[in-house]
Amino acid sequence: MSAYLDHNATSPVRPDVIQAIADALGVIGNPSSVHGAGRSARRLLEESREAIAAFVGAEPSGVIFTSGGSEANALALSGLGRKTVIASAIEHPSVLKAAQCHVLPVNGDGVAELQALEKLLANLGGRDALVSVMLANNETGVVQPVAELTRIAHAHGALVHCDAVQAAGKLDLDIKALGVDCLSLSAHKLGGPQGVGALVLADPNIDVSPLIKGGGQERSHRAGTENLSGIAGFAAAVRTVEDGGAERMAVLRDGLECALLNAVPGLTIFGRNVDRLPNTSCLAVPGLTAQTAVMALDLAGVMVSAGSACSSGKVAPSHVLTAMGAGALAGAAVRVSLGWNSTAADVDAFVEAFTALARRHEIQDAATAA
Amino acid sequence: MTAMTARTGKTNQAKHPIYLDYQATTPCDPRVVEAMLPYFTEKFGNPHSRNHAYGWEAEEAVELAREQVAAIIGADAKEIVFTSGATESNNLAIKGVAHFYKDKKDHIITVVTEHKCVLDTCRHLETEGFKVTYLPVKPNGLIDLAELEAAITERTALVSVMAVNNEIGVVQPIAEIGGICRKHGVFFHSDCAQAVGKIPLDVNAMNIDLMSISGHKIYGPKGIGALFVRRRPRVRLQALINGGGQERGMRSGTLATPLVVGLGEACRISQEEMESEGKRLTALRERLLKGVAARLPEIYVNGDLEHRVPGNINISFAFVEGEGLMMGVKDLAVSSGSACTSASLEPSYVLRAIGLDAEMAHTSLRLGLGRFTTEEEVDFAIDHIVEAVSRLRELSPLWEMHQEGIDIKSIQWAEH
Repeated sequence: MSAYLDHNATSPVRPDVIQAIADALGVIGNPSSVHGAGRSARRLLEESREAIAAFVGAEPSGVIFTSGGSEANALALSGLGRKTVIASAIEHPSVLKAAQCHVLPVNGDGVAELQALEKLLANLGGRDALVSVMLANNETGVVQPVAELTRIAHAHGALVHCDAVQAAGKLDLDIKALGVDCLSLSAHKLGGPQGVGALVLADPNIDVSPLIKGGGQERSHRAGTENLSGIAGFAAAVRTVEDGGAERMAVLRDGLECALLNAVPGLTIFGRNVDRLPNTSCLAVPGLTAQTAVMALDLAGVMVSAGSACSSGKVAPSHVLTAMGAGALAGAAVRVSLGWNSTAADVDAFVEAFTALARRHEIQDAATAA
Repeated sequence: MTAMTARTGKTNQAKHPIYLDYQATTPCDPRVVEAMLPYFTEKFGNPHSRNHAYGWEAEEAVELAREQVAAIIGADAKEIVFTSGATESNNLAIKGVAHFYKDKKDHIITVVTEHKCVLDTCRHLETEGFKVTYLPVKPNGLIDLAELEAAITERTALVSVMAVNNEIGVVQPIAEIGGICRKHGVFFHSDCAQAVGKIPLDVNAMNIDLMSISGHKIYGPKGIGALFVRRRPRVRLQALINGGGQERGMRSGTLATPLVVGLGEACRISQEEMESEGKRLTALRERLLKGVAARLPEIYVNGDLEHRVPGNINISFAFVEGEGLMMGVKDLAVSSGSACTSASLEPSYVLRAIGLDAEMAHTSLRLGLGRFTTEEEVDFAIDHIVEAVSRLRELSPLWEMHQEGIDIKSIQWAEH
């Protein structure tokens, strides 16, 4: 029996989604062709666009399909034409490496600081600035005060991009309520396939210069024949995000944390005092390195990750926890992330395995000390 | 044509409309779909997926696909970077090289008949201060090698020439172009979206340094492609998408395992069947051309017939009006020589570049044949085209005048 608790890295594809993908792979035409086969493909594309738009409360014409969250972030940062980029210290590498960023610090709970943004904008000037803040962090799940940050940014004339990749499907998402100018989505984080995402514009008429140039696809915002099966799968995934799913995950996650706090002395849970995604728990025991923990848990059939899984095999201290001032504890952080098919049995498996691991570590520690 | 027709490739009776637009996109081969589907499901369903076994499985699958893609172009697997498609590959290759070497070199050479994404990328680079030479083509659609060589300067960073044109199917002298580029120490990029799996390609024999590959043009899925980036001598690129550092830093973002597997399988099948399929499609194309030409006078083949990919023919039908022609062949899914841009019909820039006037460009059809095209479908297409064109010509005063021997070009049209 194995427990997959690494949904923030990638979430298994939902069964309904697989069917939608298989169906779309059977659609023959190119959506840009004018004949019947092309028009059928176009219809599927536009229906999918409407589903994504409805999911975030945007206009269908504001949805630009991309190859994923990383491309959506790159498009936002390069395409909005703002010379100054301010990004929070805990952004995904695809944001932090897309531009020379002025860093907006976070507090000890991992929340971006409003006053710091005010100061940065006052110093740098807002008219030529883009502020990029994620809605929820991928490692800690900490939710950012995006609406407040946006009000500040807009007051200075800055534009706001929001990486909503981790939040989508776990929090209610409304682009108008957030007030941001655009947000990034990724299908495979919410039960859709890998290789597809979107940049959603609040105002479809805002100027976005394409990162990938060529044909007039995506209203000339993103050239290239559309990934039709991926896009259809993305739409199927957002259609199946269930009401109450977030509450269900929150109950499981809170149970997990409660059990561990009782069983494991010295346990730290990052961001526990602030608003977090309902599915994420980032925890650490001093001295128990994350790499050791992840390997031991893996042998016990529990799949979680150490910090972010995006670094393709590289082991480096998490920039997110470091920004929160975690110090050496950053190297001990284990991320547990639940998803649409997680069960109480998965949580129990983790609690049991982690508790046993922490006990062994404690005994070893005591032996070393003696 | 329904999905099932494409999948089985068998038709008891020809289904209408018949898909003859294989240069626009190809139906995903059922063998490719079959290879892909387990990678959507087995990850979590497989009890052996413990201990990251699935992770290893996925990685193994990606690396196998990388080898399959490399094999069809004679490259090393380490030289393959997966992208979201040939458009991204072209953008990455051209912008990537231009930006990386911009301190020493600022000149790019390309051709007027390249795909729009190559031309748009080059035009964009011009706004950044790069100089671009757009080589013309001869009336047969091929470039003049002497002209290419003369255009190279010590400031030239990159030559970008497609192997096979998407509209007229002509095959450029890629090996000769590669030889010239290597001799002058200039990188050679080739957009091979329409060439891979259709003509033999060897990046070493042809001295190609960067090559763009598309999945959906070779019966793979849409949304996946690759860029070949030579390691010796090493070509360096500035990435378009940064982040997690996947694909050796040249292209960040989570790899879409099922799509990658689909591209690999599509390459494997195409490589295996290239020779026999090439012969079959050449025969079908000849049948189509002969069938139409035997019954219709005043038709013109656009682009060289000899240096041409098997599955493409592009014909202009004189004395027929373009939109009428498209409406007339409604039982065929084909493309015309017009691109619909902002509600006005623009004649194809490729056809204009080989010397066609606007009318002859408008009145052309691109007939793309492929893996699921049958002889029966070709015969239907011949009848359908002949009937449509004959009917349109009967209604055409120009055709009547031509029949009477009046030279249309000599007429002085009155202003209205």
